[in-house]
Amino acid sequence: MPKTLAEKVYDAHVVRSAAGEPDLLYIDLHLVHEVTSPQAFDGLRAAGRPVRHPELTMATEDHNVPTLDILKPIADPVSRAQVEALRRNAAEFGIRLAPMGDRDQGIVHVIGPQLGLTQPGMTIVCGDSHTSTHGAFGALAFGIGTSEVEHVLATQTLPQYRPKQMAVTVDGELPEGVSAKDVILAVIAQIGTNGAAGHVIEYRGSAIEALSMEARMTICNMSIEAGARAGLIAPDQTTFDFLQGRPHAPQGADWDAAVEYWKTLRTDEGAVFDTEVVLDAASLTPFVTWGTNPGQGLPIAESVPDPAAIADGDERRAAEQALAYMGLTPGTPLREIEVDTVFLGSCTNGRIEDLRVAAELLRGKKIDANTRMLVVPGSVGVKTQAEAEGLDQVFTEAGAEWRGAGCSMCLGMNPDQLEPGERSASTSNRNFQGRQGKGGRTHLVSPSVAAATALTGKLTAPADLDRSELAGV
Amino acid sequence: MQPFTTHTGTAAPLRRSAVDTDQIIPAEYLKRITRSGFEDGLFVAWRTNEPDFVLNRSEYADASVLVAGPDFGTGSSREHAVWALLDGGFRVVISSRFADIFKNNSTKAGLLTVVLPQPEVEALWAAAEADPATQVTVNLQLRQVTYGDTTVPFEIDDYTRWRLLEGLDDIGLTERHLTDIEDYEARRPAWLPEALPALPA
Repeated sequence: MPKTLAEKVYDAHVVRSAAGEPDLLYIDLHLVHEVTSPQAFDGLRAAGRPVRHPELTMATEDHNVPTLDILKPIADPVSRAQVEALRRNAAEFGIRLAPMGDRDQGIVHVIGPQLGLTQPGMTIVCGDSHTSTHGAFGALAFGIGTSEVEHVLATQTLPQYRPKQMAVTVDGELPEGVSAKDVILAVIAQIGTNGAAGHVIEYRGSAIEALSMEARMTICNMSIEAGARAGLIAPDQTTFDFLQGRPHAPQGADWDAAVEYWKTLRTDEGAVFDTEVVLDAASLTPFVTWGTNPGQGLPIAESVPDPAAIADGDERRAAEQALAYMGLTPGTPLREIEVDTVFLGSCTNGRIEDLRVAAELLRGKKIDANTRMLVVPGSVGVKTQAEAEGLDQVFTEAGAEWRGAGCSMCLGMNPDQLEPGERSASTSNRNFQGRQGKGGRTHLVSPSVAAATALTGKLTAPADLDRSELAGV
Repeated sequence: MQPFTTHTGTAAPLRRSAVDTDQIIPAEYLKRITRSGFEDGLFVAWRTNEPDFVLNRSEYADASVLVAGPDFGTGSSREHAVWALLDGGFRVVISSRFADIFKNNSTKAGLLTVVLPQPEVEALWAAAEADPATQVTVNLQLRQVTYGDTTVPFEIDDYTRWRLLEGLDDIGLTERHLTDIEDYEARRPAWLPEALPALPA
């Protein structure tokens, strides 16, 4: 029977299957960070259980870490205690940890691919909903809660129910200035924040195949914002080229064996998807959100919607609540919305390619005098690479702040937060109320929109910048 | 995990859709390393900023059944959202649609999530608003919600129901299949990556 890519990966990991019970699925890689793991380690200790496979587990410090003074102890005692708990747990249970200051430290979803630990056909979990990022390599990767973190630590398996299959097909060529972030924001706006509940999404089509690995990660990363369990993309030469030579990628004969297997990881002709969504790449434009969930987004040329015009009562109420929180008036052109802060970073858009795109727009120019811009590389590896390319100079000369690696203002667990009422254009993944700081107002954007917005102080598409500005004259 | 058989209490009508887990408990409360005491973070922004918020009203202060709009629990995988609801006195959440991870986390911690059609949610909202003292019984054994003269059946898979009724620990259940796990491990390709030892870039 023809199978989808996700079904192939799922079936290859079934340890045990019995009628009326969830399948037991083997987990190839377990990524761990400080926020969702301490109670899981406590559970192991209480039951006297070891970690079954420390070598299939990798820990890093990302959510709480400051992006300034990273070699000093963390000032916030509660954050510091949590990071110290991870250090104790990693040492006690024999798990590799990339702590602050380490060359491998960074956002958990940035370092997995960077180290070559993320590979096609694997099952990957983490106590973090953006684990779907790793699906860009054709892995089945999903976020779990702390009870499940403990379960994986103890058994290297998880009870799972077979997910439904959704295809999101994007054919055609993306217009200039339109990126992976715009694609995924458009998908979420179309199907809604829980529209893919119960499903794994496979992104396919010529526009997806043309994307770099970084861009594919951006798309898979936000699968959870459409409610999907996971999102993935079939591995191809782009995937293999990205992986070859990375520290933990197979080598020699192992590489050949792996690639031979990886090439089988494609949806079979005739495989059936439960749900299909189609987008025309050529019709897409830069997308920004206006509301308080990632599905409340529109092309940047549009205006703030009028809730009164929304027929569905539930959606209308949600739009009214969102606009009240966001301090926006229906009918205001999105391009006239002034922002205070621009955040470039996160597991969605904190990779080297994202920084390059933004730096190109900022090169030789100054950001708006009333706007602050934070640039937070996704990992120490990304930071080092960017500095080797001189991107840090471009950002600082433009007036942006160049910071250390971490989750930072995506969720404000460290000191990088919005003030009440402050408005941001953010390359992160969630515009939920208070996400970036109490009372903060978030507009989700792509890296190029973020950079263009920093230059003008208002939500701006790169194409809106006039030629002289682009030339730096 | 505390077993769940049947629960009777009053209901809080939360007329909001797509309530994400950042609203249930914001990130700043996630820095703790304990597994209890999260009630102070439960819906804290709405409790602080909106005097009329349902949980600020004395008539709903003791509610133990939360009746929410569709797509409850979207966003972050934080199980702290489930712990905060339990610590805040809730044993059941009713909605027409839940986000997958939240629903999954609930079953691990003993919070019952009940899916009812939206018209039934609306009816329960109306009943709890007309009389906040309305007693709502959620019977997992019989798979039904009862209040006043109304009884509404709900669906839940047999396996999850059994685990909740017995209060069973998943890890213990999985450890019964250790031989299957060992057999699977013997079949894994040798080239799959290991995080140890750390290798140079």
